[in-house]
Amino acid sequence: MRSPGRSRFIALCVAPATILFFLFMVMPTFNVFRMSLFERGAYSPTETFVGLNNFKVLFKDTKFIVSMQNTILLIVTVTIITFFFAIVFAAILTREKIKGQNFFRIIFYIPNILSVVVIAGIFSAIYKPDNGMLNSIFSLFAGREVMVLWKDQPMVIVSVIIAMVWQAIGYYMVMYMASMSAVPVDLYESASLDGAGRLNQFFEITLPLIWTNIRTTLTFFIISTINMAFLFVKAMVAKGMADVGLSFMYAQKDEGLYGYAMAAGVIIFLFSFTLSAVVNQVTKRDVLQM
Amino acid sequence: MKKSNSADTLYKVFIYVVLITLAVVIIVPVGWVFLASIKQNSEFYGNPWTLPATFYWQNFVDAWTAAKMGSYMLNSVLVTVLSLAILLVVALPAAYCLSRFRFRGSKFLNTAFMAGLFINVNYIVVPIFLMMRDWDSWMNYLFKLNNIFMNNLVTLAVVYAATALPFTVYLLSGYFATLPHDFEEAAYIDGAGYGQAMIRVIFPMAQPSILTIILFNFLSFWNEYIISMTLMNSATGQKTLPVGLLNLMQASQSAAQFGRLYAGLVLVMLPTLILYMCVQQKLTQGMTVGGLKG
Repeated sequence: MRSPGRSRFIALCVAPATILFFLFMVMPTFNVFRMSLFERGAYSPTETFVGLNNFKVLFKDTKFIVSMQNTILLIVTVTIITFFFAIVFAAILTREKIKGQNFFRIIFYIPNILSVVVIAGIFSAIYKPDNGMLNSIFSLFAGREVMVLWKDQPMVIVSVIIAMVWQAIGYYMVMYMASMSAVPVDLYESASLDGAGRLNQFFEITLPLIWTNIRTTLTFFIISTINMAFLFVKAMVAKGMADVGLSFMYAQKDEGLYGYAMAAGVIIFLFSFTLSAVVNQVTKRDVLQM
Repeated sequence: MKKSNSADTLYKVFIYVVLITLAVVIIVPVGWVFLASIKQNSEFYGNPWTLPATFYWQNFVDAWTAAKMGSYMLNSVLVTVLSLAILLVVALPAAYCLSRFRFRGSKFLNTAFMAGLFINVNYIVVPIFLMMRDWDSWMNYLFKLNNIFMNNLVTLAVVYAATALPFTVYLLSGYFATLPHDFEEAAYIDGAGYGQAMIRVIFPMAQPSILTIILFNFLSFWNEYIISMTLMNSATGQKTLPVGLLNLMQASQSAAQFGRLYAGLVLVMLPTLILYMCVQQKLTQGMTVGGLKG
């Protein structure tokens, strides 16, 4: 069935989405790379080509280097802690007969549906130095007034890590639960007949069989930690206190240094892309068939 | 199967303790905010674990009017509804054609939208901001008009819809591709045109996927604050709820008005919590399909 009506119909259907997509996603992406080679006036749209100059300055900018170190620290710690809790809780909720299994799943996923701004608000109540939730609990155990300044140096990055893990556990747990429930039950049954304990079953059956899923989530961890770290730092940390890559970029934009900001964006993007590729390669295993 | 022995019971107890601990760690802070939202300001200067003395409703009144959360709420509802509408109107036909028709450029477009999944808005928010500002200065130069693109809830909704397109098209085409072509053939034989076959026959079948899309994008549009903060940058202009809350957080910390801050927090999270309680099953199921959202 080919007719002029067909092409007209297709064009009509596809055009709006294509235009919006190119205007607000493809062009800006292209512009990130292009503008990183330019210097742009803060208030006038005149641009001067500066070559790789922005990058040269960037690599000597200690603030940028510190922000990238913070980013790496967050990627490593948040991934490890979240991964550990998410996979343990997923294994418990899928493998064990738990009363209120559904209840726990529902509760654990709640942080994921809250705005990062709301989470920042909740954690400002937790971290409040005087009469905050966390300090009051510590005071109770210590038997004296404990006054940890959670949102100041040096604790601020720990505070961000705790908040990010709190937010992410439920999301990854649900992901792992989905792939774990696809593992056939008779594998576990025959393993326990052979005398394999819970831990053995977990390492010999569960982990290898959901390995593909774990690899995918590792890439998610890298990409989403870079993004979420920005949202968390922007919402809950005082300006410039503990910048991560993208919040450094945004701070340059606020200063009107647009070309410089985009150079930082390019580096962060290349960094996340390379890291994901490397992790993907390193974790490559022969996939076990179920 | 297995003999129950003391080690087994101990293990069971341990598991419950661990599960309940995490549940408490999540419920208590959220519940605390709800309780704090009806406390009077003087109650914030003592033990944080006391229950509210009275039901101090005034916090919500203050947040709603004095802190303008009421009008921000209206803005957020407008932006969210509008961007969801734009997204559905634009993405549904596009996903349908891309997944079910072969035409010149279809392969390229499919790849392009797939690649779009890897573009994160946090990277491109600055170029979008500059583009909008440049368009505004052209508008000002040509027609003496101000704030056509920046500080405009409608363009904010368009940007939201545009940035959600790759994920939405990906999810919908995945579903459309599984349907057999017999459905349209039958409709064509009955004399339906392309558009009629699409709207009357295919879209109703896609209802579950459409619902998933509405859920996920509702949450991300409602909670979003970076684009909104960047494109609605006028100090006196309109704001969406999360950005308003961010300002309220800064203002209340310095002015020590904690009651209205927590009331504001409740106002932002209550709609998402209610929605979640209604559709949590759907959401956690759909997530494994739409996991790419990250």
